[in-house]
Amino acid sequence: MAEESLARPFYTVLILALACSTLVAGAAVGLRPLQEANRQIDQQRNILRAAGLYRGDKDVQEQFLTIRTRVIELASGEFVSADRIAPETFDQRRAALDSDLGRPLSRDEDLAGLSRVERYSLVYLVKEEDRIDQIILPIRGRGVWSTMYAYVAVDADLNTIRGVSFFEHGETPGLGGEIENPRWQERWRGKKIYGPDQEVALRLVQGPAAETERAAAHHIDGLSGATNTGNGVSNLLQFWFGDHGFRPFFQQLQRQRGLNG
Amino acid sequence: MADRKRDLLLRSIIERNPIALLVLGICSALAVTTQLETALVMSICVTLVVAFSSLTISLVRAHIPNSVRIGIQITVIATLVILVDQILKAFYFDLARQLSIYVGLIITNCIVMGRAEGFAMSNPPISSFLDGIGNGLGYGFILMTVAFFRELLGSGTLFGVEILPLTTNGGWYLRNGIMVLPVSAFFLIALIIWFLRTIDPVQQEKN
Repeated sequence: MAEESLARPFYTVLILALACSTLVAGAAVGLRPLQEANRQIDQQRNILRAAGLYRGDKDVQEQFLTIRTRVIELASGEFVSADRIAPETFDQRRAALDSDLGRPLSRDEDLAGLSRVERYSLVYLVKEEDRIDQIILPIRGRGVWSTMYAYVAVDADLNTIRGVSFFEHGETPGLGGEIENPRWQERWRGKKIYGPDQEVALRLVQGPAAETERAAAHHIDGLSGATNTGNGVSNLLQFWFGDHGFRPFFQQLQRQRGLNG
Repeated sequence: MADRKRDLLLRSIIERNPIALLVLGICSALAVTTQLETALVMSICVTLVVAFSSLTISLVRAHIPNSVRIGIQITVIATLVILVDQILKAFYFDLARQLSIYVGLIITNCIVMGRAEGFAMSNPPISSFLDGIGNGLGYGFILMTVAFFRELLGSGTLFGVEILPLTTNGGWYLRNGIMVLPVSAFFLIALIIWFLRTIDPVQQEKN
């Protein structure tokens, strides 16, 4: 054992901390490009999964070639040209925090508990023989413990859900964490977003989804033991399909006589 | 001398198993044993971390002031764990996602600290390294055994390859639901401890 003096512990710890932090920093910086590439592939996989197009045996990037990435302005719902904002480099999460690209939400607007929202959003268009088949939108909102991130695929009729994939969250495993469960996500397919008065009717309900046919079209089975996570999901749907989310984009598309008019 | 080295390497698998005899590192043994693949990766990670932390600590043990030794051990262990985590994220992204927080939690795995404090602080580097590898193997042995039963009985597969066709996929095997839940690892580990202490009564605690 080393001999004890007052200064000795300090400089031993100092040297050690320096050596260790150099190693950690070196690894973090050196491996970042690889990790970034992995993350991107993972994002693409989540997008494909929401659209129900993911095949495990094929290369993700190759599968992703059928999907076109565009940037839209949320308020007007119009496409933004790639010269202004390039979709490849647009970082949506960072944009929400940026003073030019994002804006704060007032308490009344902020249904999804985001406090800030970006002015522009990425959208992913799935084409099939020259016509658009479905649109995949990034959505997110507060759950119980964390912000939940998902992609939701909407049919070309701009009302029917084609699929969803929650891919990042910190909800309680086994309870709220079940939003990640593919079998639960399966139940989203075919649900309708908007009710008869164009209000956002899609939400999670407790117990088995309602019996009447009209309600059943908008109601998704809630998760048992996860009431608050479920409310969070309902709120984020309310926000992202509403006026501050993608509704202007949908209206814009409809004004142009549908997606494929 | 060669005998002693082999002994250091192998004794932790059955005789002085860190999970079965010392009952350390139970938490991660519950969490990552639903599938053999994750259990294997976790075992490899823990083995590497224990071996290299023991080696490093043993190398500098003469320079570690007694008053701050625990802090220094933790710093070394944490550095190694972060390195493992970063490497997993860069090269085995899917596995890193499945193991998620449990890689980070290797820091708190009592086996790592236990070997650093209990062995590496008072033994030469080579022995410490071997002792680390041995304890990692002992940990891995239990993890793989538990994962074998849990994956086979819970999901009907081994390393993701279908062995028992499940009724949900049109086969004949009705899966055992409890095996998918963490509690089943408690039962299995208890059975393993019972088994080991029966064949090797030296391990039994004195009343």
